[in-house]
Amino acid sequence: MDVVWENREAILIGFTHTVLLFLIAGIGSLLLGTVIAAMRVGPIGVLRVAAVIYVSLVRNTPLLMVLLLFRYGLPKLNIKFDFVDIVVPTTAGDIRLNNIFTACVIGLSIYTAAFVAEAIRSGINAVPLGQAEAARAIGLPFGGVMREVILPQAFRATVPPLASVQIALIKNTTVAGAVGVVEAFNVMRSMTNNYAGSRIEIFIAFALIFVVLVEVYSFAAHRLERRWRIA
Amino acid sequence: MRRLKFGMAAAALLVAGSTLAGCGDAGEDGDGGVDVSAEDDCDGKFDDGTPMAELADAGSINVGVKYDQPGLGFMDAGSDIPTGFDVEIAKLLVADLCIDPEDTDAVNYEETISDNREPYLESGRVDLVLASYSITDERRQIVGQTGPYMVTGQQILVPADSDVESIADLKGEEVCSAAGSTSLENVNKEGAVGVPAETYGQCAEDVANGTVPAMSTDGSILLGLAAQYDGELKVVGDEFSEERIGVGYSKDEPEMCEWINGVLEESFENGDWEDAFNATLGGDDVEVPEPPALDECQA
Repeated sequence: MDVVWENREAILIGFTHTVLLFLIAGIGSLLLGTVIAAMRVGPIGVLRVAAVIYVSLVRNTPLLMVLLLFRYGLPKLNIKFDFVDIVVPTTAGDIRLNNIFTACVIGLSIYTAAFVAEAIRSGINAVPLGQAEAARAIGLPFGGVMREVILPQAFRATVPPLASVQIALIKNTTVAGAVGVVEAFNVMRSMTNNYAGSRIEIFIAFALIFVVLVEVYSFAAHRLERRWRIA
Repeated sequence: MRRLKFGMAAAALLVAGSTLAGCGDAGEDGDGGVDVSAEDDCDGKFDDGTPMAELADAGSINVGVKYDQPGLGFMDAGSDIPTGFDVEIAKLLVADLCIDPEDTDAVNYEETISDNREPYLESGRVDLVLASYSITDERRQIVGQTGPYMVTGQQILVPADSDVESIADLKGEEVCSAAGSTSLENVNKEGAVGVPAETYGQCAEDVANGTVPAMSTDGSILLGLAAQYDGELKVVGDEFSEERIGVGYSKDEPEMCEWINGVLEESFENGDWEDAFNATLGGDDVEVPEPPALDECQA
């Protein structure tokens, strides 16, 4: 394990990028997914169809392809993501949120949003229809019905499937490592290359850190579920 | 009918996807390299029990080469044997074992990327690696490496309209190179920020579309890539590192070392090495370098 300890700074930076990818794409996908879910159950036909198409198109595309589209395809058509260029110097190295990172965040958000939308829709379907009818009856518009009555209850039923989707996202960030973001998977690969003799330890160490990350997230999701149960 | 339409749409999506992931166009065909013919008498040439004797008896060999480095190891779409300087040197070694290097049934030119060269050697999936394989002390602890058969250095590849002149101009800027390569580490050492990519082709694509300002690796590789992009990209700067490109073999087969060195030495003397260079990396205004001095075999 000496190798892992010696390279702790590189590993730390790698996992910082992993966590940042997860946080930004996680929030982005939650917002986008919620909008898509609302469109899908909403009263406007065009939006409903658009949401159905979005979900089926994105859900049926492998993540790597989505990322390749944002990483190599769009820049070729002159659609670039260099509007973001943040460098945070730390003692362990730079945290770089550059155009490559941005392309990956957008790709991950768009991909995960489809799954989030379906998770939320399952939550919405779990809310008895009477709730929506009652909300309409007291004169709330569609937005109001969703915001005040349906979504607060739907989110509760949504926590378990949503947690699954976000845990998948934590692990999906490694795909961004394959297209040029220096995150955990990428750091791991350069380490296995430099210290080919200690491959196994390096793999195990990285796997363990991922387990810890996912466990922390699962714990938080579990607490949230318990807190919301008593409403 | 509906099903057919769906299938076509899926096919279209696939095609679109694969072109997006695309690398640059395949380069110009080389002139086929050098004619190397197999030795025809291997009976008793190698001592019994040595790996060379085993390979010669079996009449087949697996060689790890690169597929994405024009001029060194590059697999053209549609051809069955990769071309390039690494491949030419590999052919000399293969021919010395009385195996016909052009016969793809006997010789399997396996693609090795920077990341999997050691594992392939350790597991015996390939017998030799000639894939722009820099000799380093860390690598020598797990695999055998001998040579070098070429000494090159890192330069930078930038868009044609860029005013970057050396690696010093790129401090704090992103510079792309292949994941797991020594080039990437040297970039970081020079104060630039290494961006790892799966292949050199992807790096060049990133430079061409402006995602990163530059890429860096051995000058010979960059020249090949620049040629593919037809004036969009240029190679600049002095070499800021020394890469000693050698041959990898399994650590369990130390006898390989003397034999490889012998074949390399012979090729330096009889002009095969120079021919191989001229056929692949050489050009009208490229001088053939002096053959490098070989390392002693480690006991």
